[in-house]
Amino acid sequence: MSDEDLTFEDSYRDSDEDVEDVEDEDDYVDDDDTDLNFTDVVAEKDRKKNYEVDFIVHSIEGIVKNQDDEVTHVSNILGIQKQHAATLLRHFRWNKERLIERYMEDSTEVLNKAGVITDNARTPKFIKIPGFICDICCDDDEDLDTLALSCGHRFCKNCYEHYLTQKIKEEGESRRILCMASKCNVIVDEKTVELAVNKDIHERYRTLLNRTYVDDNEYLRWCPAPSCEYAIECHVPQTSLTSIVPTVECVCTHRFCFGCGFPDHQPSICVLVKKWIKKCEDDSETANWISAHTKECGKCHSTIEKNGGCNHMTCRKCKYEFCWVCMGPWSEHGTSWYNCNRYDEKTSIDARDQQAKSRASLERYLHYYNRFANHEQSAKLDRELYNKTEKKMEEMQQTSDLSWIEVQFLKKAVDILVQCRMTLKWTYAFAFYLARNNQTDIFEDNQRDLEMAVEQLSELLEKPIEAEKIAELKQQVLDKTVYVGSRREVLLEDTAKGLLESRWEFQVDIKS
Amino acid sequence: MATPPLPKRIIKETERLIADAVPGINAKPHEENLRYFDVDITGPEQSPFEGGVFKLELFLPEEYPMSPPKVRFLTKIYHPNIDKLGRICLDILKDKWSPALQIRTVLLSIQALLSAPNPDDPLANDVAQHWKDNEQEAIAKAREWTQTYAERKMSKIGI
Ligand SMILES: [Zn+2]
Ligand SMILES: [Zn+2]
Ligand SMILES: [Zn+2]
Ligand SMILES: [Zn+2]
Ligand SMILES: [Zn+2]
Ligand SMILES: [Zn+2]
Repeated sequence: MSDEDLTFEDSYRDSDEDVEDVEDEDDYVDDDDTDLNFTDVVAEKDRKKNYEVDFIVHSIEGIVKNQDDEVTHVSNILGIQKQHAATLLRHFRWNKERLIERYMEDSTEVLNKAGVITDNARTPKFIKIPGFICDICCDDDEDLDTLALSCGHRFCKNCYEHYLTQKIKEEGESRRILCMASKCNVIVDEKTVELAVNKDIHERYRTLLNRTYVDDNEYLRWCPAPSCEYAIECHVPQTSLTSIVPTVECVCTHRFCFGCGFPDHQPSICVLVKKWIKKCEDDSETANWISAHTKECGKCHSTIEKNGGCNHMTCRKCKYEFCWVCMGPWSEHGTSWYNCNRYDEKTSIDARDQQAKSRASLERYLHYYNRFANHEQSAKLDRELYNKTEKKMEEMQQTSDLSWIEVQFLKKAVDILVQCRMTLKWTYAFAFYLARNNQTDIFEDNQRDLEMAVEQLSELLEKPIEAEKIAELKQQVLDKTVYVGSRREVLLEDTAKGLLESRWEFQVDIKS
Repeated sequence: MATPPLPKRIIKETERLIADAVPGINAKPHEENLRYFDVDITGPEQSPFEGGVFKLELFLPEEYPMSPPKVRFLTKIYHPNIDKLGRICLDILKDKWSPALQIRTVLLSIQALLSAPNPDDPLANDVAQHWKDNEQEAIAKAREWTQTYAERKMSKIGI
């Protein structure tokens, strides 16, 4: 493998060796246990960059094992059965330290509140009791299977099954299913559920429990990619989100923000992203349209829409007549109707100034919005272009001796390009809220450098591909790709550092 | 489509409702649908609903008793926990339902709700506000509604 073939993805992740380091042997449930297998746990270790965070990707199996470990641990420490330790942990939202601390203080209260009655002599099982009548179905069959939770409330197996199936399947309940008796606070433990329901429902129950394990845990988050089943562990607390943008990458390749679950939005912090998206939803459609198709009447400031090609406008409200092009009063146009040559006349300039002032904030927003939207659009076009190019490359492979490996540089370039466009996109949202100080120049320089590099790479990829010149093109693309990547790093590093050092001032309150 | 046989539990509950009736509560299943009950609740003494007889409908869904019965007032009533459509805000009809509860316990709870309206857990917001702002006046209005809509004269009952 030559240096050139080193993929960019590789340089973003750690080497296989590091991955092995943090991998939990038992987390692994794959047939071929090779180094190349990333499917279970990938960690980013040894980070030096401010814009990167440590994280671990967990498979479902890993999630299950983590829970089991916690349950076993607590069960041993508190000397209670596993199913009860599990109920307690769920009640404490998997905050093991807090559970143990509170349990040591007042175990009775903890057990009461969590709906657990410990009775270590008792294991949940169904038994037949002569003369028993089930209070719920009124069945009194001789060979009725019955079970009582540790509260002593006894019901038949059919009723347990109906009840639990209804709770799990219809109501999506898992960790807080109460005893069937009215006003009884005891939780139906996981062992009892397993005994009472069929295999499918039990599987659903486990899935729901796993879901709550991740949902309840501040340091875990499901990968939001559709139908992806991995969860990410990242120890950046919600309280740090104003100074850090914890960006993680799932093994499915989806990059997203651990803080808010939104797709990769570096360098903008979560709260600005939320504000920006809200603003765009509220404003963009109307604002864009207003800006392109309307002007304000120079007298009464009502919005006037231009319909048709004539420049002679009459305000519907106050009847003021003016010129669409120069905004000046129509009366001064004299005979040069329909052909404005008065753009620099004083009255026209004044009218436009007026217009400019009242629209300044809209214009400012549009300045950032248009650049934001443009990168989003361009990323799509870049992808489309790549798809077209790929087809062409395939054709070329048949007519020349190019190999599949040799044309992969284009794919890597497009991936980087798209990623950089996403970064650039969010720099505009960031910049929109940024208050001017002596630090903003550096930010804008970095932004401009990255933008220029990105456009150059984009242009390079648009060049027609000719078989004879492919080696030359490849070198150019590779060089530019590396450069673009490094510009992105510089920008992200500087903004991340600025956030940590509270170097940036914002026009909005980021603490609210 | 053949209707499935009525579960033992529902048969037993129905028998007991008729044989061992609760004072002030009258519940009778429809002949053509044994899961559908006509219910009369007499307004409790010393409540603004005293002197009225309130008609309700009660239906036992397929999943009963795993799911709660569906109950609704048919007679208009001025009460902070009962809305214009007669729907009732009562915890045991929702998340506090237990399959060990019965039609009888549900109706008793509704009767108790008439004795003790709870404006802090409202379903009818304007009524609850009225109750909180001026209880005297709200009670007077409830009494008026009882006379208008729920008096023991057959012609006045129902909507
Ligand atoms: Zn039963
Ligand atoms: Zn119980
Ligand atoms: Zn994923
Ligand atoms: Zn975020
Ligand atoms: Zn006007
Ligand atoms: Zn003009």
